[in-house]
Amino acid sequence: MSQALAQPAAVEAANALELRDLDVVYRVRGRDRQVLRGITLSVGRGEAYGLVGESGCGKSTAALAIVQYLPRNGRVRNGQILIDDRDVLSLSRGQLLRLRADAVSMVYQNPSTALNPSLRIGRQAAEVFTVRGVARGEALERARQALELVQIADPGSVMQRYPHQLSGGMQQRVIIAMALAKDPSLLILDEPTTGLDATVEAEVLDLVAGLQAKLHTSVLFISHNLGVIAKMCDRVGVLYAGRLVEEGAVERVLHDPRHPYTVGLLRCIPRGGVRKDHGRLDTIPGFLPNLSETVVPGCVFAARCGLAQEICHTEEPPLHELGGGHVSRCHFHEQAQSLPREMAADLALPAVDRAGQALLQFDDLGKVFHQHGHQINALVGVSAAIWPGETLGLVGESGSGKTTLARTLLGIVGPTSGAVRLDGTALAPRLGKRSKEEVRAIQIVFQNPDSALNRRHSVRRILRRALKKLAALTGSAAETRMLDLMSSVRLAERYVSAKPGQLSGGLKQRLAIARAFAGDPKLVLCDEPTSALDVSVQAAILNLLVELQAQSRVSYLFISHDLGVVRYVSDRIAVLYLGRLMELGAAEVVFAGPHHPYTEALLSAVPTIDGGGRERIKLAGEIPSASNPPSGCVFHTRCHRKVGEICELEEPPLVEVEPGHLMRCHIPLEELRRLQLGPKEAASA
Amino acid sequence: MSTVATPAPAPAQVPGQLGEAQLARRETLGQLFRSKTFLVGASMVLFWVFWALAGSRLTPHDPLSQSPDILAGLSKHHWFGTDQLGRDVLSRVLAGSSDTLQVAPLATLLGIAGGTTVGLVTGYFLGIVDETISRVVDAVLALPLIVIAVTALVALGSSKVTLIVVIGVVFTPIVSRTVRAAVLGERELEYVQAARLRGERAPYVMFVEILPNVMGPIIVEATVRLGYAIFAVAGLTFLGFGVQPPSPDWSLQIADNYQLLNAGTYEWTVLFPGLAIASLIVGVNLVADGLQQVLDR
Repeated sequence: MSQALAQPAAVEAANALELRDLDVVYRVRGRDRQVLRGITLSVGRGEAYGLVGESGCGKSTAALAIVQYLPRNGRVRNGQILIDDRDVLSLSRGQLLRLRADAVSMVYQNPSTALNPSLRIGRQAAEVFTVRGVARGEALERARQALELVQIADPGSVMQRYPHQLSGGMQQRVIIAMALAKDPSLLILDEPTTGLDATVEAEVLDLVAGLQAKLHTSVLFISHNLGVIAKMCDRVGVLYAGRLVEEGAVERVLHDPRHPYTVGLLRCIPRGGVRKDHGRLDTIPGFLPNLSETVVPGCVFAARCGLAQEICHTEEPPLHELGGGHVSRCHFHEQAQSLPREMAADLALPAVDRAGQALLQFDDLGKVFHQHGHQINALVGVSAAIWPGETLGLVGESGSGKTTLARTLLGIVGPTSGAVRLDGTALAPRLGKRSKEEVRAIQIVFQNPDSALNRRHSVRRILRRALKKLAALTGSAAETRMLDLMSSVRLAERYVSAKPGQLSGGLKQRLAIARAFAGDPKLVLCDEPTSALDVSVQAAILNLLVELQAQSRVSYLFISHDLGVVRYVSDRIAVLYLGRLMELGAAEVVFAGPHHPYTEALLSAVPTIDGGGRERIKLAGEIPSASNPPSGCVFHTRCHRKVGEICELEEPPLVEVEPGHLMRCHIPLEELRRLQLGPKEAASA
Repeated sequence: MSTVATPAPAPAQVPGQLGEAQLARRETLGQLFRSKTFLVGASMVLFWVFWALAGSRLTPHDPLSQSPDILAGLSKHHWFGTDQLGRDVLSRVLAGSSDTLQVAPLATLLGIAGGTTVGLVTGYFLGIVDETISRVVDAVLALPLIVIAVTALVALGSSKVTLIVVIGVVFTPIVSRTVRAAVLGERELEYVQAARLRGERAPYVMFVEILPNVMGPIIVEATVRLGYAIFAVAGLTFLGFGVQPPSPDWSLQIADNYQLLNAGTYEWTVLFPGLAIASLIVGVNLVADGLQQVLDR
């Protein structure tokens, strides 16, 4: 964004990267599958170019092809790859090694597997220099400088440590330091922050943006997250099924998209404060086409496009030049934004009656884990209630106790103190002691449907077993109910004998939801149910969850790190930090503010497509260890609104600052309101 | 490989094609049959299985019938010569696989069944159950196999059944280690939690949910164990605790004749049974290697 304006297209040098008509194929079962088709793009010097698209679109393949790291069965069939005007495809093995050592750096998604677990950080970071012939002592010194560059406070001690002793954010910084150390002409970032917490993600992104502006590195930034792209990139290319369907300046593409796919993608994301009761999410119907050798004539997106006409199925649209470098591969690019909305009718969600008996109530819940002689206070005095038909959103960084709370409610682990009550009666702490009724009442939808479903069991077996155990249904009654369940989660009947491996990610999650609903549960815990899914699939799953709630008045405890998603589904929101409830209130109130300083920081960390004027609040450092929490208010070590000694000495109580809004902070509500008003007008609008 | 499928393109399929599972299975088999290691191993094993089934019906001579032509050298009539009692060595080698190929697979099966059960129980429950059983397993593993086996066979008397039981029991702790390791990885997956959350009991979770997912390592372990079982049968028989005369078993032949080697001649009486044992074990191990390459991906 802003950093690009500083150097308007440095023309004197060639582009850092140019792809010309690139075709990449994978050979699968003796047939070529075309993963990239005729990709032409260029990354200018000092430019940040974003590549977006859903999984399976070919983003990572493009990154791998550029450095010639394609898997064994992949090859570039056609086209050219130029880095610094050097044709990568014609390089010898040795030259290729030099190119990778000198000119190109890559940062991958998972930092923990990118570092060698058995070597100290210093040794690994110095390697970047030793492979280029720098003497060992000097290499260590330069590694140290590189680590300083990425704002690692104490590089000396970090260099002495092993990767597992660093947090994920710290590991990713080390990798970025190593990637930038050699001053590459091209830096490829492949989903560099996807596995990180929002707060850490924001920090890493700030760091990369700052360094990029300073060093004028050319960046190819691959992400599925449009918000991240909006924040980081100057230009963006939208990839769909191996085709570049739209390209242009980030602002233009995200605010004036001219391809129906881009339009659809943007509409899928819950943003601008949409909530489940006034509007459902758009989805993109259908599936990514099968990438086979037989190239279907026409537009790749035609099968899923609401605007598709006769011509779209017969003739591939050319790249339409829309001025200012904005191009779209659509016959009807002028009408792209009139893409019919693909969503179900609005639902009448019954109002939550909080006067009556709470469905689930937990009081003063505490959980202490013992590990290597340390006490880890995973939950400290957490109290809340969930009413029938209500969704309670649970947010917080990793390590804040969200999952422990869910596991305690389910009875997988017993609480150390406190009690859980269902419909007013106390629940046994452990699952094994709960009655069938109670087990049936609380179910869960896990984050990762791949591991949550037994890959050796068929859909029928998974659902029939759940019906038998949870609803005591067998025989033809179970079969009928199974088909009902499948149709209510929109899982087509033809999948009954399929195994999970044959279903797409979204279908797997539908199956997992069907299983959770087999026994008509009263409360379903959703532990990041959409974070492993693409945005268009996420929208469909969220719609489904809301629909099921409207039908059956089920309650949800919805855990997510994506605040947009939480805001969409939740009636009330609980914010956890180091196992303590920091804030609890109605979703609108918590989001609109005044909010707890921690909530404020979480909200500001989220990269938004709309940009917005919200100022980033930097949280100092990382979440402290739960085995040795800070004195006083546990958040004081990172709090940007710390008022003084009182924060370090006295833990603030959780008080009801306004009706239904609880907060744990020494600063009075009115003071917070005054402090937080200002740069936030965009958010409250 | 000649199954050229109809070239007609499959009807436009949604992701998650239903044929995918069969395709994947066929692909695994295809990979197996393209693996030279596996093919060579399998043909060696099948050769001996064939002769174990055919037995004396197809051998050139009756492997048990004696003749006055003792310790004759290699000739047109006796390709592999004859032994001290004038029995045809070729016929005895061909018929000699039968006992080993009954005892070894059954012993392996017993060891796998026992080891799988113990491995599932220790890996699933962990805690005190695991501690206790694992210490016992460690203790058993610390003793030399041959010592336990010989002691047990002497105490129980040698017969095929005792041989099977003894080898199976000795294998149980070894197999349980492998299975336990695989179960440790699986039990952390959420489908196990999901099963417990619908009130499933431990045996169901272990045998219906987890077991199918750890079959890969178990199959590989079974083939490896089969090699060792043949090895064990041969060793015990040679020492006189295994298969009993008059069976033409290979180890018995070696045991009967090895003292002749002292004289520096008559080596065919020992060489050919020895090669037969080696070829069977090598064959089984090649099959194990081939399976491992395909299943442990």
